[in-house]
Amino acid sequence: MQPHPMPEFGSFCLLLGLILTIYNFAVGALALWGSSAAGLRATRRPVELWNRLGETARRAGIASFVAVTCAAFALVWAAFTNDFSVEYVREHSNLALNPAYKFAALWSGQEGSLLLWAWLLSGYGLVLRFRHRVDVRLSAFASVILAGVQIFFLLLMCVGAPPFSIHPGPVPADGAGLNVLLRYPEMVMHPPLLYLGYVGFAVPFAFALGALIMRYPGEKWIHITRRWTMVTWLFLTVGIFMGAHWAYSVLGWGGYWGWDPVENASLMPWLTGTAFLHSVMMQEKRGMMKNWNVWLIFSTFLLTILGTLLTRSGAVQSVHAFAQSNIGPWFYAFITIAFAICLFVFFFQRDHLKSENKLESLVSRESSFLFNNLILLVACFVVLWGTLFPVLSEYVQGDKTSVGAPFYNRVNIPIGLFLLLLTGLGPLLAWRSTSLRSLRRNFVLPTAAIVATAIALMLFGVRPWNDGDDMQSTFFSLVAFSLGAGVITGIAEEFLRGARVVKAQTDRNLLSSALLLTRRNTRRYGGYIIHFGVVVIFIGIAGGAFNRSTQSEMSYGDQMYIGPYRLVCQSITQDSTPEYDTDYALLDVYRGDKFVTQLAPERRIYFPGTEQQQPATMVALHSTAQNDLYVVFDGRDPNTGKPEIRAQLHPLIAWIWIGVVIVVVGTGIALMPNLQRTPARLLQQDSVRTPEVAGVGAGGVVAKARNA
Amino acid sequence: MRNWIKSAKHSPIFWARASQCLLLCAITVAMLGAVHSQYDRVGGNLMCGCGCGQMLLECNHLGCPASPGMIRELHAQVASGATDEAILAWFATKYGPTVLAAPIRGGFDTTAWIVPFAIFVLAIFGTFGIVWLWKRRYGMIAKHVSAETAADMTPHEASLRDRIRRETEY
Repeated sequence: MQPHPMPEFGSFCLLLGLILTIYNFAVGALALWGSSAAGLRATRRPVELWNRLGETARRAGIASFVAVTCAAFALVWAAFTNDFSVEYVREHSNLALNPAYKFAALWSGQEGSLLLWAWLLSGYGLVLRFRHRVDVRLSAFASVILAGVQIFFLLLMCVGAPPFSIHPGPVPADGAGLNVLLRYPEMVMHPPLLYLGYVGFAVPFAFALGALIMRYPGEKWIHITRRWTMVTWLFLTVGIFMGAHWAYSVLGWGGYWGWDPVENASLMPWLTGTAFLHSVMMQEKRGMMKNWNVWLIFSTFLLTILGTLLTRSGAVQSVHAFAQSNIGPWFYAFITIAFAICLFVFFFQRDHLKSENKLESLVSRESSFLFNNLILLVACFVVLWGTLFPVLSEYVQGDKTSVGAPFYNRVNIPIGLFLLLLTGLGPLLAWRSTSLRSLRRNFVLPTAAIVATAIALMLFGVRPWNDGDDMQSTFFSLVAFSLGAGVITGIAEEFLRGARVVKAQTDRNLLSSALLLTRRNTRRYGGYIIHFGVVVIFIGIAGGAFNRSTQSEMSYGDQMYIGPYRLVCQSITQDSTPEYDTDYALLDVYRGDKFVTQLAPERRIYFPGTEQQQPATMVALHSTAQNDLYVVFDGRDPNTGKPEIRAQLHPLIAWIWIGVVIVVVGTGIALMPNLQRTPARLLQQDSVRTPEVAGVGAGGVVAKARNA
Repeated sequence: MRNWIKSAKHSPIFWARASQCLLLCAITVAMLGAVHSQYDRVGGNLMCGCGCGQMLLECNHLGCPASPGMIRELHAQVASGATDEAILAWFATKYGPTVLAAPIRGGFDTTAWIVPFAIFVLAIFGTFGIVWLWKRRYGMIAKHVSAETAADMTPHEASLRDRIRRETEY
């Protein structure tokens, strides 16, 4: 029998990781019980003994990270050394594959993805276990719960979907290679970022469940997990949009979101996670909505698993290649057990989650958070409903019904616009209740901006009633642009109001004052920047209502017109490389008479003439802030043999990606600690000018600004 | 009349009703159907028949066994002057119900549209109800508590409490 040292090492590491994780879970749980009052009474052993035992469990958790890292390394090594005796490597790599993509082979298939999931989970666990001093007992609970989740993934890989299975028979000379659609730099980044998001939600989930089990007093667990949750949310956001950008720039159909079940699976936890990030503030500030928050984070975690279950069990059809597999029952079992545990713990500890305050007014920050949560959850429900409806309809009617983009767009666009409205309303309302005077003061400018933008857009030709073909989408765009203007005005107003007071206190210029203001309350102003980014994304999406498309056969010298552009065909070339045959056109792009750029849309056929023959579109893109010129080589007409070129104009689409960058910047700011030390000069001035404010710092300044 | 408007403008009910009217108008306009060209409109409601899971007009498979033929059939159906419903029914009969991109066959398919709307309405009214209930309950408690504490509080303490409340806002 042929030896397979690296796969054997990888399998051994997985098994070792599983044993260590089981030890972490079982002994950690035992130590937690033993060190509790009931355990101490029952066992009559000193608490130090249990603490020492708990420490061994924590160290086992740290060691499990090393074991899983070695397993992941073994798989990557096998890919780099072209060890095609490993079935997974044979299926997802080949000799000619670029080394960067060989690394990406780790997450190109199901087994590798699960290994990546387990490795990231153990990585998060490592950080948690190293930072246990922040609250030793709560961290121990969270560590045990994370170990429980980790056991599932490691067990699945050791039994159900082993990544180191050996190819039966002689070792093949070459592998099947990576799916050509995945050979893009974004695809190297997109899955790990998405997984960092999915897996990361296990940490706040573990803390929430742990805090509930141990009846943790106060809201400190929320402070501990705030950064975890935000970082996780950021990873998920960037991962989702990176996938959208990949679909846009690679797949060649001109869109970025197809409402495919796999895409939906990533959107659902994002929606509930976003709701959690908002409503958790109510618990921090007012001790409210504790039940709601606990269930939000439970749901977010369960949705990450449900999404994986839906897409990998083959229950729903997906364009993503990895959708069909036999690991569905594993996920059914895990999600049932996880849900049962959540329900059981909640049922027995629900008296610990009594709210300290109640809502006092419908017109308050609290109720805006409540409505924001509600809308996010309705959106999540719609996505889940649409994803599951084919299964339901098959059960009820006996045949599957497809639920595609027309359904989601019709239902979700109004919901999204309502959410945009709330994004603007919420921050302008005060906690507890907002007076009519304050409402008028805060809403005059944003309302004026909404009305002015709507009128201006109508004057410039955005008139839904004239737009027979696209009345509804033009109307929605008009609403989105107008609401966006209102929200941006509201945000600018908040910055300006605070900055003016800081300026008066510090004699700085307005920009510098705004920066200081942001640094003093990073969470609040970072949040505003995130909202600004979201509005910019909405504006980019709304531009889609004005998309244009044209298609024609082209040969040398032919011209095509789209929007302000004129495309002139310079050449059509056919070529062959060892990996693929290619057909591409060279098109000169003019705006009026001015030459803008040259585009080269291309159609490749990988592995031509073989069973694995695979087409790939190389989109030619000219992107500006105003619009994207998107040109695709659609193939050759079978009758004439002439190439068919499709050109699309996508107005404002670049703003979606710019909006994501703004969201990243805003989240980065919100994650930064507040500037604690008030400059000496400011303190001195404060004490001279307003003795009652001295020592209060930023809070005083901002409060004065809000009440001015 | 002018006086009535002037006095009404200061009433929260006036503003609430005005916003309700605006919202109603917006929803009415939003619900108006779009008028696409028939080819785009019907094509936008069909999936590619090859099982790739893509919309028919967006399917970009090279050598796709289904989409070119289906697009030709769509052109022919549109040219024949058939209604949208008839064309969709023709495709559903030929390729099976999975060719329809949205649940539009009536019967159980209708629930796909009703349920999200029902959940939305239920959630909105439910939240209003909960907030109203909490507000009412809090109002009764607050009256009781404020009567007990207000007498014990000095003006300085009251102003401090007010300042703390303001400055902990974010």
